[in-house]
Amino acid sequence: MTRSTCPYCGVGCGVLVDARGNVAGDPAHPANQGRLCSKGTALGETLDQPGRLLHPEVDGKRASWDAALDAVAEGFRRALAEGGPDSTALYVSGQLLTEDYFAANKFAKAVLGTANIDSNSRLCMASAVAGHKRAFGEDLVPGVYEDLEQADLVVLVGSNLAWCHPVLFQRLVAAKAARPGMRVVVVDPRRTASCDAADLHLAVAPGEDVALFNTLLRHLHAEGLTQPAPGLEAALAAASGTPALPAADLARFCRWWAATPRVVTLFSMGANQSSAGTDKANAIINCHVATGRIGLPGAGPFSITGQPNAMGGREVGALANMLAGHLDWSVPGEHAALAEFWGAPGLATQPGLKAVELFQAAGAGRIGALWVMATNPAVSMPDAGAVRAALERIPMLVASDCTRESDTVELARIRLPALGWGEKDGTVTNSERVISRQRGFRPWPGEARPDWWAISQVAQRLGWDFGWDGPAAIFREHAAVTTLARPAARVFDLAGFTALDDAGYAALAPTRWPVPAPGAQGGRLQPTARCVPTPPRLPENATSAGFPLALLTGRLRDQWHTMTRTGLVPRLMAHVPEPLLSMHPDDAGSLAEGALARVESAWGSAVLRLKLDPAMPPGSVFAPMHWTDRFAPAARINPAVNPAVDPISGQPELKHTPVRVLPVPMAWHGFVLARRPLPTDLAEWSARLPLAHGVWRHELAGQDAPAAAFARLRAMVAEPDAAWVTLDDAAAGTHRAALLRDGRLLAVVFLGATPALPARDWLAGLFAEERIGLAARRALLAGRQADGAAPSPTICVCHGVSAGRIAGAIAGGACTLAQVGEATAAGTGCGSCRPEINALLAAARVAEPA
Amino acid sequence: MKVLVVGAGPAGTRCAVRAAQRVPRAEVTLLSAELALPYDRVALSKLLAGEAEVADLITHPVAELATLGVTFRAGVAVAALDRAARVVTTQKGECLPYDRLVLATGSSAVRLPLPGAELPGVLAYRDLGDVRAMLRLAAQGGHAVVIGGGLLGLEAATGLAARGMKVTVVHAMGWPMDRQLDPEAGGLLSTRLGRRGIRFIMPAATVALEGERHVQGVRLDDGRLLPASLVVMSVGIRPNVALARDAGLEVARGVVVDDAMRSSDAAIYAVGECTEHQGRLIGLVKPALEQAEVAAAALAGEAACWQPVPDSAALKVSGTAVWSAGEISAETAEAIILRDEDAEEYRRLFLRDGRLVGAVLYGDTADAGYYMRLIAEQRVVESRAELVLGSSFMDAAA
Repeated sequence: MTRSTCPYCGVGCGVLVDARGNVAGDPAHPANQGRLCSKGTALGETLDQPGRLLHPEVDGKRASWDAALDAVAEGFRRALAEGGPDSTALYVSGQLLTEDYFAANKFAKAVLGTANIDSNSRLCMASAVAGHKRAFGEDLVPGVYEDLEQADLVVLVGSNLAWCHPVLFQRLVAAKAARPGMRVVVVDPRRTASCDAADLHLAVAPGEDVALFNTLLRHLHAEGLTQPAPGLEAALAAASGTPALPAADLARFCRWWAATPRVVTLFSMGANQSSAGTDKANAIINCHVATGRIGLPGAGPFSITGQPNAMGGREVGALANMLAGHLDWSVPGEHAALAEFWGAPGLATQPGLKAVELFQAAGAGRIGALWVMATNPAVSMPDAGAVRAALERIPMLVASDCTRESDTVELARIRLPALGWGEKDGTVTNSERVISRQRGFRPWPGEARPDWWAISQVAQRLGWDFGWDGPAAIFREHAAVTTLARPAARVFDLAGFTALDDAGYAALAPTRWPVPAPGAQGGRLQPTARCVPTPPRLPENATSAGFPLALLTGRLRDQWHTMTRTGLVPRLMAHVPEPLLSMHPDDAGSLAEGALARVESAWGSAVLRLKLDPAMPPGSVFAPMHWTDRFAPAARINPAVNPAVDPISGQPELKHTPVRVLPVPMAWHGFVLARRPLPTDLAEWSARLPLAHGVWRHELAGQDAPAAAFARLRAMVAEPDAAWVTLDDAAAGTHRAALLRDGRLLAVVFLGATPALPARDWLAGLFAEERIGLAARRALLAGRQADGAAPSPTICVCHGVSAGRIAGAIAGGACTLAQVGEATAAGTGCGSCRPEINALLAAARVAEPA
Repeated sequence: MKVLVVGAGPAGTRCAVRAAQRVPRAEVTLLSAELALPYDRVALSKLLAGEAEVADLITHPVAELATLGVTFRAGVAVAALDRAARVVTTQKGECLPYDRLVLATGSSAVRLPLPGAELPGVLAYRDLGDVRAMLRLAAQGGHAVVIGGGLLGLEAATGLAARGMKVTVVHAMGWPMDRQLDPEAGGLLSTRLGRRGIRFIMPAATVALEGERHVQGVRLDDGRLLPASLVVMSVGIRPNVALARDAGLEVARGVVVDDAMRSSDAAIYAVGECTEHQGRLIGLVKPALEQAEVAAAALAGEAACWQPVPDSAALKVSGTAVWSAGEISAETAEAIILRDEDAEEYRRLFLRDGRLVGAVLYGDTADAGYYMRLIAEQRVVESRAELVLGSSFMDAAA
């Protein structure tokens, strides 16, 4: 049994892994206390990924590590010679372990001499970092997860905690169930699944959060609840604006907040991903600072990160505007201390290019060498079309990744095989400052190696000996960096780890910083804090007559980033199996549910299937950011997203792009289920995903003649000695076919004039049948059994329970979540689906008035 | 009351038996031009294929007919009808009086007026005598040519192939059974029969039958000569109406009858393939038997009315069930097609204005009744895909 840490979100749950890769929650880990969400529970299914990058490649050809590392070193050497340090860059990831992060940061700032190292954390919580630094002088999260349970009021701002941090959400829900007096407020333009637990939902318009918390600050001051704090007067003077919310709701929010000393305001990407993201963070922090509700049990502002080690990256300083170990250029002596410690006279002397600027510089031809690690900017960056073009323009693009199948790896000249979860060894820090070990329990596949090793090898070729024999040595060096230039007010202190020996590192238990001495365990922080003026600003690009809607992007419950891991797990793909654009019905006009719609901005466009959703606020549309070229090329949303950034944090405004939504007329809609993945250019629009039993589902729509498309698709899946069952209704545009050999289903092809096609789940299940009898073959074309009800989508991923079965249980008398669980087992696994079960229960109650 | 039935095919025999049962004090006489006892003509193909003996085909033994009150006389051909005197005269000059006469004279195979059509070895496929002659020739093996790829022609072809002959079917249209099947179903059928060694030449026309003392070959319009020691002409049937026409009854293509199967002479009824009802002939045994029942009821003084259902044809062609009904030409209708390659099943439905107007089923005809009802009801069908998949899916969709 190996103790490790989940590699998904910033909650940082402890996991126990047995020899066969079965994953369970670690009851001893403070973050989750044994719980896991749907993604964590499925971790074991992601271990044997097809498409692993197993060998170094140079110019598309397999190469030895030596040759590949030589090529990387030569590429950097040439870029340094031709353009100087600032023509080189690294773009890394919150997926990296702290030790890899540390190595990357040291390589950039000490070896290359540039601060052009940024992380995809820039997309995630850079605004929170900037907000922390403005308020506390340092990037500090004052609270701990227990605060969410001890608070009497929890305000979720721009956080769909139920989907994005399910374990914390479950802790919150459990606490609320135990103390019914506890209240939850959700501030989000969308009525998300998290509203399931909310006593009040404030559907602010995108960008109104500052006005909301300014209003709250004014209210707190008017009520006499503020206490003297640096900057408070200026903050009050700037605290203008009132969000367009129902007056009673706004008043209730202010009243509750004012009357509840134990209040946590948790904020996440909904707040951070904004051109006013830093101000949002500070507007929130201001209210806590002004009332002294900070660093106390159940009280404080709480930034929650998206990635497993965004915090670790912040700690080592692997962002363009940080130095290392919370050292800063702006503090006299700190740069010099680090330069001396590292023996790096060429240590970068000023902040470098942040993510959006970095790719803009690359697009302008100013970057000669870029090393991307464990992230997929070709998909995840805003204005992703331009980013892709920029990547293509870089003379030496290196990508280190564990997968071969990422849009960015595809573009790279040099590909280096990295270790994945379960293979690599190091530490991560979660959103409550707890450092946990991620431990390897699997052999390294192929020639894959740790990122820190590849980095130190290139450094060596550039004349630097980092002298590390393993991650423990790096961790000690990282800890030592936090002791430099002291005494100082810096809270971040790992002095207690500087002498941690290898055995101690191997056995390291989860530890919250600061750790000023061996054995110390950090707690809540009460930093010296100041209020910051936050005059409200509108999103950088306003909606207009031409682009009347605001596009928000975000995440799905069972997906992670660009699907390189979760996209291969059928039961995770089952939750939302198609790229959907959510829109309030009032905005739909002539657009119909299920039709394809083009989201178009001034920067680009994407085509998704339309879902009319009353939970959306009118005037806004929502698209998930996960889909890539590999799964749904036309549905990549980031090419449409504006590259506007927060002026302080550089974080892109992913939550507000003015768009219009246009119908995309299609001659046919269809799907193909086959025993292998087919190319994504099967039709004008396509989305593919893996299902159980090795089957791939392809959702398609096309503008060519349906009969011709049908023939083409059939030819694509045709196999020798197999026989077709087909249905053709040319006048109606209906074409259906199933291919069998000896009664075993090989493929189905369905086309229709409209998106209304039979459910795929039931058909997909038939691929498991050894033999489908003659009599059952027509059922294949019907998409259901002759006398059966139509199949329905899966809600509970853990136990494979469909909406239909849950509805059946409710109709059979189940009135509560627990009763549904007893009847069907739905919701009794990871619990991530409980909000959706509650929604079904609520719908049933509405349908059947008492 | 003397009831005289002329013709002991299925319709005549059924009518005679029912009249004997239903008409009080009736003296029913059934005349057959053939020597055999009433037999199942539909089963002639089994006799030809060796799946049945002559005895198996007999539907009504003499004793049974006697018990039922029917006087059966075999080998009696009728030569003339005197309606005024209500008397028929046999070829042998015998006069048979009647109170009510039922004409069940059936139909004859059409013989193409081709050179050589009278040669020995050129046969029709119509009655027991034809089958016996075919079996005699087949026993010698060799080549047979069947002219006409309709139902009977195909049955003849499969029967002869089963008897060991090398059989070629020459058909005027591009696919066999063109009146019951659409081109695709016809193609499936010819492919299937092809696997049994039957060759099809389609479309093709015969210009002559060649041979000196016995037929030796079939000359096609493209000049090809097909060797043949047996030629079966199966190019359609023609109602036997000479007796009725000579007697001055109203005759079009068949003997014109009303809904009660009465001819233009109230004392004379007609049933089966010799009749014409509302301008239409019949060619299948099921409506013929229905007509026989109606006529017997009318003879018994009951109100009786024959209501033909829309044309449908449920057939078993050499082991393959086929069924069709309504309009089966795609000219003005939309088609919905279901194909199952493994099962060799096929169905094509024809819709107009959302209503089912015709259907061809090949291989699986279980839904025939369901489609028949839909065609008759002319109801707009909502779920088209389910429609072609069959009634079990429609019920679930409804």
